[in-house]
Amino acid sequence: MNINATYINIYNVCKRELWLHANQIRFEHTSDIVYDGKLIHEDSYPLRSSKYEEIEIDGIKVDYYDTKNKVIHEIKRSNKIEQAHEWQLKYYMYVFEQHGVTDVKGILEYPTLRKTQPVVLSDVDRDRIKEIIADIDKIISSEECPPLQKKGICKSCSYYEFCFTKEVEE
Amino acid sequence: MKKTFYLFNPGMLERKDNTLKFTPFDSEENPMQPRYLPVEDVSEFYVFGSLRASSSLYNFLGQKDIAVHFFDYYENYTGSFMPRDTLLSGKVLLAQTAAYQNKRKRVEIAHKFIDAAVWNMLMNLNYYNRRGKELDEQIAKMKSLAEIIPNTDTIPELMGIEGLIRQEYYTAFDIILNDFNMSSRTKQPPENEVNALISFGNMMCYSETLRAIHQTQLNPTISYLHTPGERRYSLCLDVSEIFKPIIVDRVIFKVLNKRLIQEQHFDHKLNSCLLNQNGKKIYVKAMEERYEETFKHRSLGRNVSYKHLIKLECYKLLKDLLGLEEYKPFKMYW
Repeated sequence: MNINATYINIYNVCKRELWLHANQIRFEHTSDIVYDGKLIHEDSYPLRSSKYEEIEIDGIKVDYYDTKNKVIHEIKRSNKIEQAHEWQLKYYMYVFEQHGVTDVKGILEYPTLRKTQPVVLSDVDRDRIKEIIADIDKIISSEECPPLQKKGICKSCSYYEFCFTKEVEE
Repeated sequence: MKKTFYLFNPGMLERKDNTLKFTPFDSEENPMQPRYLPVEDVSEFYVFGSLRASSSLYNFLGQKDIAVHFFDYYENYTGSFMPRDTLLSGKVLLAQTAAYQNKRKRVEIAHKFIDAAVWNMLMNLNYYNRRGKELDEQIAKMKSLAEIIPNTDTIPELMGIEGLIRQEYYTAFDIILNDFNMSSRTKQPPENEVNALISFGNMMCYSETLRAIHQTQLNPTISYLHTPGERRYSLCLDVSEIFKPIIVDRVIFKVLNKRLIQEQHFDHKLNSCLLNQNGKKIYVKAMEERYEETFKHRSLGRNVSYKHLIKLECYKLLKDLLGLEEYKPFKMYW
């Protein structure tokens, strides 16, 4: 099973979304929030393109990699699910290491909040990533979709209507 | 908010820089004052008049995920230009097929479509019954026929009952409508005004359902009530059964009883009756108003439009096919 960084991100938000997403049942295209994020990604840091590079290896696609300072930059719209963003970035660093690029640092960037957040990869994290990968593999290769779990974030999720629409009889 | 655009006039649609330009033609095919249609505002086109367009336009529309539905002179649905299907899921396709091949499951889903369709038809009749139209007889007959539905175990049997119920339902039209008579359902071509409106409205509802299905991972050719892939996207026929009474029929009652559409809005031929251009425009407008009407959705806690409701219906079906949650069709309670 091919795992990418999106899976790592979603894994830390919602297991049900992970299963659906991995099975190509997706709703991101219906979401204004996702679209907003795409625009933020495209329009932030316009001067960067010459100095930074967008890199793709082994199922990951890094927003910007600063080769000189060895820093991976990841742009996000809001820091509501910061923990998931951190793991996504840590996974990038992990994959870089697997390919022999070591001592890489990470920065989460929230341009609309005018905030940044440095991220480092520790030994504990490396072990945790291995666990996460194994767990993701288990979830997405299962026939069963994980059950519905109501969370605070559900209402702003692009899967909300899919998960919560039902007929309530009188 | 993206909108549906209806092209009634003959003309030419083209890409102009990064937007759309429509040049209507007069009766001698001379170009008239062009109109610019902001591409970001367009969700789809319904083409009723003759349209000149090039492949570069379709490439552009495809990129922007804009569908184009075509209708012939007789208002029959001809086909659609659908942008590339980006929402493919092998899992869903297999689940959809497996449910069709499982005879019990297929009939179970088909039952639900008819069950909700009949319920929604009855809601229409109840609505007019409360407003002084004498419909007790039709309601009673339809209800007793509906009781047989759960006992049917084959699709032809179910279709037979549905036909009988629908016959009864259509006799109510003559009571509900003040100035027009329908007598019986005739199509291809419709023989009178009410039949013309039903045919036209059903076509519109069918295309809208296709659009909703296209926005999900469901495959529109695999259906349960109707036989799959008979020339048409048959899943649209299945799903639109639920919505025809509450969208199409309600709009017909409205436009005729409020005298928005009158005798002069129809073209009568030897054995056919069709809406003319003005009539179509009035009907389409009333239909759009109905689509955009919103109500508070019980389980979502948000306002949703009737148009959006069709997509939510697809989500529920999808969940059932994937084994997440049993499908319950939409029934109107007001």
